Amino acid sequence: MNRTYELMFIVRPDMVEEDLDKLISTLESQVTTSGGTVKNVERMGKRRLAYVVRRFADGMYILLTVEGSGDMIHELERRLRVTEPVIKFLTVRTDEEDKRLDKIKKIRESRKKAPPAAPVETGGEGAAVTA
Amino acid sequence: MADETRTTTAEAPASTERSDRPERPERPAERSGDRSGDRRGPRPGGPGGRGDGGRKYFRRKKVCKFCVEKIEAINYKDVRLLAQFVAESGKIVPRRLTGVCTPHQRRLSTAIKQARNIALLPFAGRAS
Repeated sequence: MNRTYELMFIVRPDMVEEDLDKLISTLESQVTTSGGTVKNVERMGKRRLAYVVRRFADGMYILLTVEGSGDMIHELERRLRVTEPVIKFLTVRTDEEDKRLDKIKKIRESRKKAPPAAPVETGGEGAAVTA
Repeated sequence: MADETRTTTAEAPASTERSDRPERPERPAERSGDRSGDRRGPRPGGPGGRGDGGRKYFRRKKVCKFCVEKIEAINYKDVRLLAQFVAESGKIVPRRLTGVCTPHQRRLSTAIKQARNIALLPFAGRAS
Protein backbone atom coordinates (compact mmCIF):
# COMPACT_ATOMS: atom_id res chain seq x y z
CA MET A 1 0.00 0.00 0.00
CA ASN A 2 2.99 2.25 -0.05
CA ARG A 3 3.44 2.28 -3.80
CA THR A 4 3.68 5.69 -5.34
CA TYR A 5 2.48 6.18 -8.88
CA GLU A 6 2.52 9.02 -11.32
CA LEU A 7 -0.45 8.99 -13.60
CA MET A 8 -0.22 11.34 -16.52
CA PHE A 9 -3.10 11.65 -18.89
CA ILE A 10 -4.04 13.82 -21.80
CA VAL A 11 -7.49 15.28 -22.19
CA ARG A 12 -8.86 16.61 -25.44
CA PRO A 13 -8.17 20.34 -25.80
CA ASP A 14 -11.74 21.42 -26.40
CA MET A 15 -12.86 20.33 -22.99
CA VAL A 16 -14.50 22.72 -20.57
CA GLU A 17 -12.76 23.57 -17.31
CA GLU A 18 -15.58 22.41 -15.10
CA ASP A 19 -15.86 19.08 -16.85
CA LEU A 20 -12.20 18.64 -16.28
CA ASP A 21 -12.61 19.44 -12.61
CA LYS A 22 -15.43 16.95 -12.41
CA LEU A 23 -13.30 14.31 -14.01
CA ILE A 24 -10.41 14.93 -11.66
CA SER A 25 -12.61 14.89 -8.59
CA THR A 26 -14.14 11.61 -9.76
CA LEU A 27 -10.70 10.12 -10.04
CA GLU A 28 -9.71 11.47 -6.65
CA SER A 29 -12.76 10.00 -4.99
CA GLN A 30 -12.01 6.72 -6.69
CA VAL A 31 -8.55 6.81 -5.19
CA THR A 32 -9.79 7.49 -1.69
CA THR A 33 -12.47 4.83 -1.86
CA SER A 34 -9.89 2.26 -2.83
CA GLY A 35 -7.87 3.27 0.18
CA GLY A 36 -5.19 5.38 -1.40
CA THR A 37 -4.14 8.98 -1.11
CA VAL A 38 -3.81 11.66 -3.72
CA LYS A 39 -0.55 13.43 -3.21
CA ASN A 40 -0.65 15.97 -5.95
CA VAL A 41 -2.64 17.12 -8.93
CA GLU A 42 -0.81 19.17 -11.48
CA ARG A 43 -2.38 20.64 -14.55
CA MET A 44 0.36 21.13 -17.00
CA GLY A 45 -1.81 23.04 -19.40
CA LYS A 46 -2.31 22.78 -23.08
CA ARG A 47 0.61 21.45 -25.04
CA ARG A 48 1.25 20.56 -28.59
CA LEU A 49 1.36 16.82 -29.05
CA ALA A 50 4.36 15.32 -30.75
CA TYR A 51 2.10 13.30 -33.02
CA VAL A 52 -1.56 13.20 -33.83
CA VAL A 53 -3.60 11.26 -31.32
CA ARG A 54 -7.19 10.55 -32.30
CA ARG A 55 -7.16 13.44 -34.75
CA PHE A 56 -6.03 15.94 -32.08
CA ALA A 57 -2.84 17.97 -32.38
CA ASP A 58 -2.96 19.53 -28.88
CA GLY A 59 -4.03 18.30 -25.53
CA MET A 60 -4.36 19.24 -21.88
CA TYR A 61 -1.85 17.39 -19.76
CA ILE A 62 -2.70 16.44 -16.20
CA LEU A 63 -0.36 14.78 -13.77
CA LEU A 64 -1.72 12.91 -10.80
CA THR A 65 0.58 11.63 -8.08
CA VAL A 66 -1.11 8.99 -6.00
CA GLU A 67 -0.19 6.48 -3.39
CA GLY A 68 -1.90 3.15 -3.21
CA SER A 69 -1.98 -0.41 -4.37
CA GLY A 70 -1.78 -1.90 -7.81
CA ASP A 71 -5.48 -2.75 -7.84
CA MET A 72 -6.33 0.87 -7.38
CA ILE A 73 -4.30 1.81 -10.41
CA HIS A 74 -5.95 -0.96 -12.35
CA GLU A 75 -9.32 0.52 -11.56
CA LEU A 76 -8.19 4.05 -12.34
CA GLU A 77 -6.81 3.03 -15.68
CA ARG A 78 -9.97 1.18 -16.53
CA ARG A 79 -11.94 4.33 -15.88
CA LEU A 80 -9.59 6.43 -17.91
CA ARG A 81 -9.83 4.07 -20.82
CA VAL A 82 -13.59 4.35 -20.79
CA THR A 83 -13.71 8.12 -20.30
CA GLU A 84 -14.24 9.71 -23.66
CA PRO A 85 -12.28 12.98 -23.26
CA VAL A 86 -9.12 11.20 -22.12
CA ILE A 87 -7.08 10.39 -25.19
CA LYS A 88 -3.90 8.98 -23.67
CA PHE A 89 -2.56 8.01 -20.29
CA LEU A 90 0.64 6.70 -18.80
CA THR A 91 1.25 5.28 -15.33
CA VAL A 92 4.71 5.14 -13.88
CA ARG A 93 5.60 3.59 -10.60
CA THR A 94 7.95 5.91 -8.74
CA ASP A 95 8.56 4.61 -5.24
CA GLU A 96 11.64 2.59 -6.10
CA GLU A 97 13.09 5.52 -7.99
CA ASP A 98 12.37 7.87 -5.09
CA LYS A 99 14.05 5.47 -2.71
CA ARG A 100 17.13 5.38 -4.90
CA LEU A 101 17.26 9.15 -5.16
CA ASP A 102 16.92 9.56 -1.42
CA LYS A 103 19.73 7.13 -0.87
CA ILE A 104 21.98 9.04 -3.21
CA LYS A 105 21.12 12.31 -1.54
CA LYS A 106 21.93 10.90 1.86
CA ILE A 107 25.24 9.54 0.69
CA ARG A 108 26.12 12.87 -0.84
CA GLU A 109 25.18 14.75 2.29
CA SER A 110 27.16 12.47 4.52
CA ARG A 111 30.14 12.85 2.22
CA LYS A 112 29.91 16.61 2.39
CA LYS A 113 29.83 16.62 6.17
CA ALA A 114 32.54 14.04 6.77
CA PRO A 115 35.66 15.49 5.11
CA PRO A 116 35.51 19.16 6.21
CA ALA A 117 34.89 18.52 9.93
CA ALA A 118 35.09 15.54 12.19
CA PRO A 119 31.80 13.65 12.05
CA VAL A 120 30.49 15.00 15.30
CA GLU A 121 26.76 14.92 15.80
CA THR A 122 26.67 17.87 18.18
CA GLY A 123 26.87 21.29 16.58
CA GLY A 124 29.83 23.44 15.74
CA GLU A 125 30.54 24.15 19.36
CA GLY A 126 31.14 20.53 20.06
CA ALA A 127 33.68 20.41 17.27
CA ALA A 128 35.42 23.47 18.61
CA VAL A 129 35.63 21.97 22.05
CA THR A 130 37.07 18.71 20.82
CA ALA A 131 39.49 20.54 18.54
CA MET B 1 39.55 -26.00 -20.50
CA ALA B 2 37.25 -26.25 -17.54
CA ASP B 3 39.74 -28.29 -15.62
CA GLU B 4 42.45 -25.77 -16.21
CA THR B 5 40.39 -22.92 -14.85
CA ARG B 6 39.51 -24.84 -11.72
CA THR B 7 43.03 -25.66 -10.68
CA THR B 8 44.51 -22.55 -9.21
CA THR B 9 47.68 -24.26 -8.13
CA ALA B 10 50.00 -23.77 -11.04
CA GLU B 11 50.45 -20.54 -12.87
CA ALA B 12 51.86 -22.50 -15.74
CA PRO B 13 48.48 -23.23 -17.30
CA ALA B 14 47.62 -19.53 -17.12
CA SER B 15 50.81 -18.56 -18.83
CA THR B 16 50.30 -21.14 -21.51
CA GLU B 17 46.84 -19.76 -22.09
CA ARG B 18 48.28 -16.33 -22.55
CA SER B 19 50.84 -17.54 -24.97
CA ASP B 20 48.12 -19.43 -26.77
CA ARG B 21 46.05 -16.34 -27.33
CA PRO B 22 48.24 -14.50 -29.78
CA GLU B 23 48.61 -17.75 -31.67
CA ARG B 24 44.98 -18.51 -32.10
CA PRO B 25 43.75 -15.40 -33.87
CA GLU B 26 46.74 -15.45 -36.13
CA ARG B 27 45.90 -18.87 -37.38
CA PRO B 28 42.60 -17.96 -38.98
CA ALA B 29 44.26 -14.89 -40.42
CA GLU B 30 46.87 -17.02 -42.06
CA ARG B 31 44.33 -19.47 -43.28
CA SER B 32 42.02 -16.98 -44.88
CA GLY B 33 44.78 -15.00 -46.40
CA ASP B 34 44.88 -11.26 -46.01
CA ARG B 35 42.29 -10.38 -43.45
CA SER B 36 42.15 -6.84 -42.09
CA GLY B 37 44.00 -6.19 -38.90
CA ASP B 38 40.78 -5.86 -36.93
CA ARG B 39 40.48 -9.57 -36.61
CA ARG B 40 43.67 -9.79 -34.61
CA GLY B 41 42.99 -10.17 -30.93
CA PRO B 42 43.50 -7.48 -28.32
CA ARG B 43 44.93 -4.30 -29.78
CA PRO B 44 47.76 -2.93 -27.74
CA GLY B 45 46.58 0.01 -25.61
CA GLY B 46 45.50 2.81 -27.84
CA PRO B 47 41.76 3.57 -27.79
CA GLY B 48 41.33 0.92 -25.18
CA GLY B 49 39.47 -1.57 -27.30
CA ARG B 50 36.76 0.85 -28.33
CA GLY B 51 35.85 0.20 -31.92
CA ASP B 52 34.57 3.60 -32.75
CA GLY B 53 32.62 2.52 -35.76
CA GLY B 54 35.54 2.35 -38.12
CA ARG B 55 37.24 5.59 -37.06
CA LYS B 56 40.96 5.67 -36.69
CA TYR B 57 42.50 5.94 -33.28
CA PHE B 58 41.86 8.71 -30.90
CA ARG B 59 38.62 10.37 -30.15
CA ARG B 60 38.76 12.96 -27.41
CA LYS B 61 37.40 11.38 -24.28
CA LYS B 62 33.73 12.22 -24.09
CA VAL B 63 32.36 12.44 -20.60
CA CYS B 64 28.91 11.46 -19.52
CA LYS B 65 26.86 14.60 -19.09
CA PHE B 66 24.84 13.08 -16.30
CA CYS B 67 27.85 11.98 -14.32
CA VAL B 68 29.52 15.34 -14.61
CA GLU B 69 26.53 17.45 -13.70
CA LYS B 70 25.38 14.90 -11.15
CA ILE B 71 21.89 14.72 -12.59
CA GLU B 72 20.40 11.70 -10.96
CA ALA B 73 16.74 11.82 -11.90
CA ILE B 74 16.14 11.37 -15.59
CA ASN B 75 12.43 11.96 -15.84
CA TYR B 76 10.28 11.46 -18.88
CA LYS B 77 8.73 14.86 -18.18
CA ASP B 78 11.73 17.10 -18.87
CA VAL B 79 11.50 17.09 -22.61
CA ARG B 80 14.25 19.63 -23.10
CA LEU B 81 16.81 17.38 -21.46
CA LEU B 82 15.64 14.34 -23.35
CA ALA B 83 15.48 16.13 -26.67
CA GLN B 84 19.24 16.68 -26.53
CA PHE B 85 19.74 12.95 -26.90
CA VAL B 86 17.25 12.47 -29.68
CA ALA B 87 18.23 12.91 -33.32
CA GLU B 88 16.37 14.99 -35.88
CA SER B 89 14.62 11.89 -37.08
CA GLY B 90 13.39 11.16 -33.57
CA LYS B 91 15.78 8.26 -33.04
CA ILE B 92 17.67 7.82 -29.78
CA VAL B 93 21.30 8.76 -30.32
CA PRO B 94 23.75 5.93 -29.54
CA ARG B 95 25.96 6.46 -26.56
CA ARG B 96 29.16 6.29 -28.52
CA LEU B 97 28.20 9.61 -30.05
CA THR B 98 26.92 11.31 -26.94
CA GLY B 99 29.42 9.86 -24.49
CA VAL B 100 26.80 8.89 -21.94
CA CYS B 101 27.72 6.08 -19.59
CA THR B 102 25.83 2.81 -19.73
CA PRO B 103 23.54 3.05 -16.67
CA HIS B 104 22.54 6.55 -17.60
CA GLN B 105 21.97 5.59 -21.19
CA ARG B 106 19.64 2.84 -20.07
CA ARG B 107 17.63 5.20 -17.90
CA LEU B 108 17.64 7.82 -20.60
CA SER B 109 16.38 5.32 -23.10
CA THR B 110 13.52 4.26 -20.81
CA ALA B 111 12.61 7.87 -20.18
CA ILE B 112 12.60 8.68 -23.89
CA LYS B 113 10.37 5.71 -24.59
CA GLN B 114 7.97 6.79 -21.85
CA ALA B 115 7.93 10.31 -23.23
CA ARG B 116 7.18 8.95 -26.67
CA ASN B 117 4.25 7.04 -25.32
CA ILE B 118 2.71 10.11 -23.75
CA ALA B 119 3.26 12.20 -26.92
CA LEU B 120 5.93 14.43 -25.44
CA LEU B 121 8.43 13.19 -27.97
CA PRO B 122 7.71 11.84 -31.43
CA PHE B 123 8.31 8.30 -32.51
CA ALA B 124 9.56 9.52 -35.86
CA GLY B 125 10.03 12.98 -37.24
CA ARG B 126 11.23 16.28 -35.83
CA ALA B 127 10.83 16.87 -32.12
CA SER B 128 8.74 20.04 -32.04
